[in-house]
Amino acid sequence: MIEAVGLTKRYGAKTAVYNLSFQVRPGAVTGFLGPNGSGKSTTMRMILGLDNPTSGHVTIGGFPYRKLPNAPRQVGALLDAKAVHGGRHARNHLLCLAQLSGIPARRVDEVLGVVGLQDVARKRSKGFSLGMGQRLGIAAALLGDPQVLLFDEPVNGLDPEGILWVRNLMKSLAAEGRTVFVSSHLMSEMALTADHLIVIGRGQLLADMNIKDFISHNSADFARVRTPDTEPQQREKLTAALTEAGGQVLPEQDGALRVTGLPLPRISDLAHSADVRLWELSPHQASLEEAYMRMTQGAVDYRSTIDQKAGLQQELPPGAVPQPQMPVAGQGQPGWYAPPPPQQGGQPFSMPQGQPGPYGAPAGGAPGPYGAPSAPAGADANPYAQSAPQAPAQAPAQPPAAPAVPVAPAAAPDLTKPEDAR
Amino acid sequence: MSTPQPPMPQQAAAAPNWQAAPGASYTSPIPVTRTHIGHALTSEWTKIKSVRSTMWTLGIFLLLVIGIGFLVAAQTTNEDFSDVPYTIPAFFGLMLGQICLITLGVLVVSSEYGTGMIRTTFTASPQRHRVLAAKLIIFFAVAFVVSAFSIALVGMMTSGMHGGSSDVSWGGSVIMGALYVSLLGALALAVGSMLRHSAGAITTMLGVVLVPAIMPAFLMMSDSMRTIGEKMQEYNAPNALARIFQLDTESGHGGAQLGLLAGVTAAAIIGAFVLLERRDV
Repeated sequence: MIEAVGLTKRYGAKTAVYNLSFQVRPGAVTGFLGPNGSGKSTTMRMILGLDNPTSGHVTIGGFPYRKLPNAPRQVGALLDAKAVHGGRHARNHLLCLAQLSGIPARRVDEVLGVVGLQDVARKRSKGFSLGMGQRLGIAAALLGDPQVLLFDEPVNGLDPEGILWVRNLMKSLAAEGRTVFVSSHLMSEMALTADHLIVIGRGQLLADMNIKDFISHNSADFARVRTPDTEPQQREKLTAALTEAGGQVLPEQDGALRVTGLPLPRISDLAHSADVRLWELSPHQASLEEAYMRMTQGAVDYRSTIDQKAGLQQELPPGAVPQPQMPVAGQGQPGWYAPPPPQQGGQPFSMPQGQPGPYGAPAGGAPGPYGAPSAPAGADANPYAQSAPQAPAQAPAQPPAAPAVPVAPAAAPDLTKPEDAR
Repeated sequence: MSTPQPPMPQQAAAAPNWQAAPGASYTSPIPVTRTHIGHALTSEWTKIKSVRSTMWTLGIFLLLVIGIGFLVAAQTTNEDFSDVPYTIPAFFGLMLGQICLITLGVLVVSSEYGTGMIRTTFTASPQRHRVLAAKLIIFFAVAFVVSAFSIALVGMMTSGMHGGSSDVSWGGSVIMGALYVSLLGALALAVGSMLRHSAGAITTMLGVVLVPAIMPAFLMMSDSMRTIGEKMQEYNAPNALARIFQLDTESGHGGAQLGLLAGVTAAAIIGAFVLLERRDV
């Protein structure tokens, strides 16, 4: 059991961690998430007594780390895989740590076997790959067979087999009643491993909750429905029917529909009774990554910008069209994970009925809910164009739709008058 | 474990007892021992003997002291040893060899800071003072044994080559000489612990050894600085070794110089301990 109360750490003018209070309970894997520079490693170091907090305190099993009798027998930690003297053999490295805490030397060979390094036990750790370094670090953490385990980015550099092993190891350690506290940036991995999440941003606590609650609080599940691309009127018909039945429908960039508020079988029934064929009806579970991105997008310190290459390009000959630059997802676009967090703009996918929201989709079967976004002049009404202000002007309002829709491009701009288009 | 998962082979091999704890908290089957300085000493002994820098610095030290000592002994005649101890050829090797011990002393602690190993060490032993004390004890013991052995070897070599020409006892110079260079190394270790940077600490220690040997030449030029210059000349490291080996017999046997070095080293060690407890790692 790790307990932090009002933990604060300042380095000069920079506050790395501010007033952080949380508990890490035994018997579960607790994930520790946050953007780069959010204070995760500082918090871990303070838990281990390496850094002294400016104010507040953190205890393990009721004791500050440096007051624990034989601390390595109660707490094992992997802070930095390369925190070893590169000139020492893997076995000697573990041996000196074991001797320091009175652990019998044969335990060293045991943990070397556990992490699969028995064949390189007498190789100097300077030549180890990142993954081997991680394994050595995990071996050091397991050495004391401790009750509390801290891992900072344990799967960095591990091969798929190693990632699976670490995942199972964490779970089995927690299942034995140990306290397991893991930080990671791999959201997919965290979603599979962690039971509980502590999320920090800019040194402050953003969330401390069960992983399932975290995802459902910070995102919305929806169904993706796709009608035949060749018959846009079917899409309208279905939209009207779904809206009438109480669902919320949002157009996606590539012509699919995002439906919330209706279960999948009901959508299928409605489509059937409206005589609309479906090309796709798929449930979309919100991922931990989405939920995390939405929660932390305001707390990211280091964000990449678009590479302008200003002044480095050759002067284009007159009349030549510059190559359109496609933005990388998330690059230079704070609002890429577009729907605003619930606390700011209400539930993004459950807008109140009858109120024309930012997506221009008034309820009640208005004649052309898709007219605005697809009309060429109405690009500013397209929610995705809005959310991507840096998108180059040459790119059409629906860039991904162009290769996906094999029909004549004339069909797209005039969805409101499909009869005229063909 | 309520739902036994298929155990992975590595896990099963390593920890068969893990399955036996259904309760809320886990207790290790390995008995927990109360740690003390002895554990830190064995750990530091493993550390110092398992890195190559120890072998290199001590190897070069032995080569310099014994090699130069042998050459000096071979180039001297029996008359040269009429009123000096047989260990005097070791003095010339120690002048260079002390730099090896300084380097090793610094590396014993600063290499841990350089590699990040110190965080692992202080996680394994949050009693930081115990780790530093163990490092000092192990390093001092190794440095003293190696330097005393090499000085004594040179003394025996010389007495074999120039037998019967000197009646000055040389046992004291073995102990004092070894003590002096080992203290210099311990000072380097304390400086390394305070500065946490190998190159910085080694440079600082070279300054401590060389500057008082060079500065008097400039200080003697002005009258107001003359006394400082004279004290510096009297107490600098090469001169202290020269007195210990009785190159210059009328002005004492280096006891005062050894005392000064011991004082400086003690102060540096106290500073290192205070900073160690206070600073973040």
